[in-house]
Amino acid sequence: MSGRRPWGLGVPVSACLAALFLSLGSPAHATNPAECGVDGGPFAIAFPMQHVKKAIADKSLSILVVGAGSSQLPGPNGAANSYPARLQQSLSRKLPGVQVSVTTDVKSRRTAVDMVKTLPAELAASHPALMLWQTATVDAMQAVDPDQFSQALDKGIRKARAAGADVMFINPQYSPRTESMIALGVYVENMRWVAVQQEVPVFDRFSLMKAWSDQGTFDLYSPTKKLDMAERVHDCIGRLLADLVLEAAKPTPPADNN
Amino acid sequence: MVPTTTERDLRLDLFRGLALWLIFLDHIPSNAVSWVTIRNYGFSDATEIFVFISGYTVAFVYGRSMYLNGFLIAAARVLKRAWQIYVAHIFLFAIYLAEISYIAHSFENPLYTEEMGVLNFLNSPDVTIIEAMLLKFKPVNMDVLPLYIVLLLGFAPFLWLLMRVPTIALLASVAIYTLSWLFDWNLPAWPQGVWVFNPFAWQFLFIFGAWCALGGAARLSRAINSPITLVLAIVYLLFAFGIALTWHIPTLGAFVPSFVGDLIYPIDKTNLDVLRILHFLALAIITVRLVPRDWPALKSPWFKPAIMCGAHSLGIFCLGVFLSFAGHFVFTEVSNRVPVQILVSVAGIAIMAGAAWLISWYRIIERQGSGSGSGSSTRTQAAKPSLAGGDT
Repeated sequence: MSGRRPWGLGVPVSACLAALFLSLGSPAHATNPAECGVDGGPFAIAFPMQHVKKAIADKSLSILVVGAGSSQLPGPNGAANSYPARLQQSLSRKLPGVQVSVTTDVKSRRTAVDMVKTLPAELAASHPALMLWQTATVDAMQAVDPDQFSQALDKGIRKARAAGADVMFINPQYSPRTESMIALGVYVENMRWVAVQQEVPVFDRFSLMKAWSDQGTFDLYSPTKKLDMAERVHDCIGRLLADLVLEAAKPTPPADNN
Repeated sequence: MVPTTTERDLRLDLFRGLALWLIFLDHIPSNAVSWVTIRNYGFSDATEIFVFISGYTVAFVYGRSMYLNGFLIAAARVLKRAWQIYVAHIFLFAIYLAEISYIAHSFENPLYTEEMGVLNFLNSPDVTIIEAMLLKFKPVNMDVLPLYIVLLLGFAPFLWLLMRVPTIALLASVAIYTLSWLFDWNLPAWPQGVWVFNPFAWQFLFIFGAWCALGGAARLSRAINSPITLVLAIVYLLFAFGIALTWHIPTLGAFVPSFVGDLIYPIDKTNLDVLRILHFLALAIITVRLVPRDWPALKSPWFKPAIMCGAHSLGIFCLGVFLSFAGHFVFTEVSNRVPVQILVSVAGIAIMAGAAWLISWYRIIERQGSGSGSGSSTRTQAAKPSLAGGDT
C-alpha cells in the first residue's frame, strides 16, 4: 500500500511551470549509441544551472559526484567504466576545448544524511561548479524517516550552493528483483518535491531504466556475474547525464524540448 | 449507543472485499493492472476504505459483546482478535523470509550490488527476527496488519466511551490525531525511522468508522442526504481527479495555480493527510447515495465473490499479501509482459474469491458440527463475529 509509482504523489505541479521537461535519448542526441535511446519520457526535470553555464564559458568544468553503491561498479576497471567516468568522457567529447574534470565521493551503504556530513570537506577539496547527487536508495532500504531524508536534501543543496556549485539529483536505479523489498516510492517522490521547490534538476534514472527494461534494451531481470551489461548501462547513463548537463546549461533555455 | 440488531449490511463486506482486491493489485510492483485502482484518480486509496470499514465492523461486533457481556469480556475478545492478527502477521513474515532467502541465493548482478544489500539482514537473523516480532521491523507492504494490531490494542476503552458519550470519544480521537501532527507522534521502526502508517493518525478513521457503526451514521444521515453535501463531495472528487491527472500527465501541471500546489503538497500518507480523509469521506458519501443498503443487486451472484472476501477479511488480506509476493515472483521468473500481468492479477483475485468461499464452507461445517450440543441462546449467537459482522 505504500506508493510505488516513482513520480506519483507529491509532484508540485505548479512549480513545473519553471521546469523544462526533456526527452533524453531523443534523435536530437544522435551522438549516443542507439541502445541508450528510449521512447517515452520525460526522464528528467531540468532547471537552468548558472554555475555550470559560467564554468563552460570559462573553459573549465569541474563536477563532483556524490553517491552510494549504485554510482560505482565492482572489478579492476570499475572506476573507469562507471557512469562518473563515462560522464567525463562524454562531456569532454561534447564540449571541445573545455577542461572537464569529474571527482567522486562514492561509498556504498550511505544515506543522504551520511553524505551531507562529508559534504563540506568534499566541496572544499574539489570546488565543483556542479554537484551530481545520487541518493535515496539506501534511505529507502533502511526506511529512514522521509522527512529527515527531505531535510538532508535541503541541507545538502544549501551547502553546495554556498560553496558556489549547482546541484543535480540522480534518483535510484530501477531494480526489478528487489522491487518488492525496497519501497522507493516515497523517497523518490520527496526527492522530486525537494528538487522542484529548490529548482534543482533531476536525472530520472528510475524511469529511464524502467523504460529500458520494458522496451527490452537491457535485461535487468536475469542473474549474471558478468559486468558487460552493467558497463553498458553505466555508459548510457553517463552519456545521457552529459546531455542533461548541457541542456540545463544552455544559454537561453527553450520553453519545451519534447 | 448500542449497535442496532438488523440484518448484516452487505455493503460493508462488498467494499471491504473490493478494497482487498485493490490492495492486492497495488502490492504487485510494476503491475499494469494497478492502473484501475482508485489511488490513481484521487488522494485516498484502498487503505482508507479498509481501515474505516474495519473500525465499523469491529465496533459492531464487540459493541454488541460489550452490551451483552460487559466490558471485561468484550475487551478480552478484542485482545484475542489482536493476537490472531499478530499471529497472521508473523506467518506472513515467515513467507517473506522464504522469498527473500530464495532471491539472495538465486540472484546476482554487479549492477545491483547496492540493492542486494537489502538481503543483508539475513546475516543477522538474531536481531531481525526479534525486531520483526516486536513489530519494529516491517518489510515492504507489511504495514497494515501491525497498524490494525495497535488499533485493536487501544480499542476497548474507546469502545466503552463510544457506547456512553460517542461525541466525546470522537473528539478524543480528533484530539489524538491533531496532537500527533503537532508533536510528530509516531511509533519507532527498525533499523530506523517510524511506522509507515502512523497509528496515532490512522486511529481517527478507525474510530470514526466505529462511531458511525454505533449510531453516528444515523445522526449524520440528514447531512449525508443534503444536496449541498452531495455537490461539495462531487466538486472535491473532481478537484482531486484533476490533481491526480497531473501526476500522470505532467504537462497538465501548468494549469494548476501555484498557490494550490503550495497548499496541498506534500499529501502525507504516513500521517493520514486531511486531504486524504476528505477524499475518502467524499467517496463514502457518494457511495452511500448510489448504493442503498437494500439494493437488490447486493444479493446477486456477481457481487458474491467480493462480498465473501470482505466477510473473511483477515484471511483474505493475508492471502493477498502472499499472492502479491507470488505475482511479483512470476514477473521476475517467468515474464512481466502485460498479458502475463493481467493474467496474474485476474488469477490472484480468483484465488482470493475461491479461498473466501472455502472459509465460508468451513464455517458452515464447523457450525453444523458444534451446533447440536451447545444449546447456545440466540442472544450469544448474535454476538458472535461470524453472524454479526463477519470476522472483523
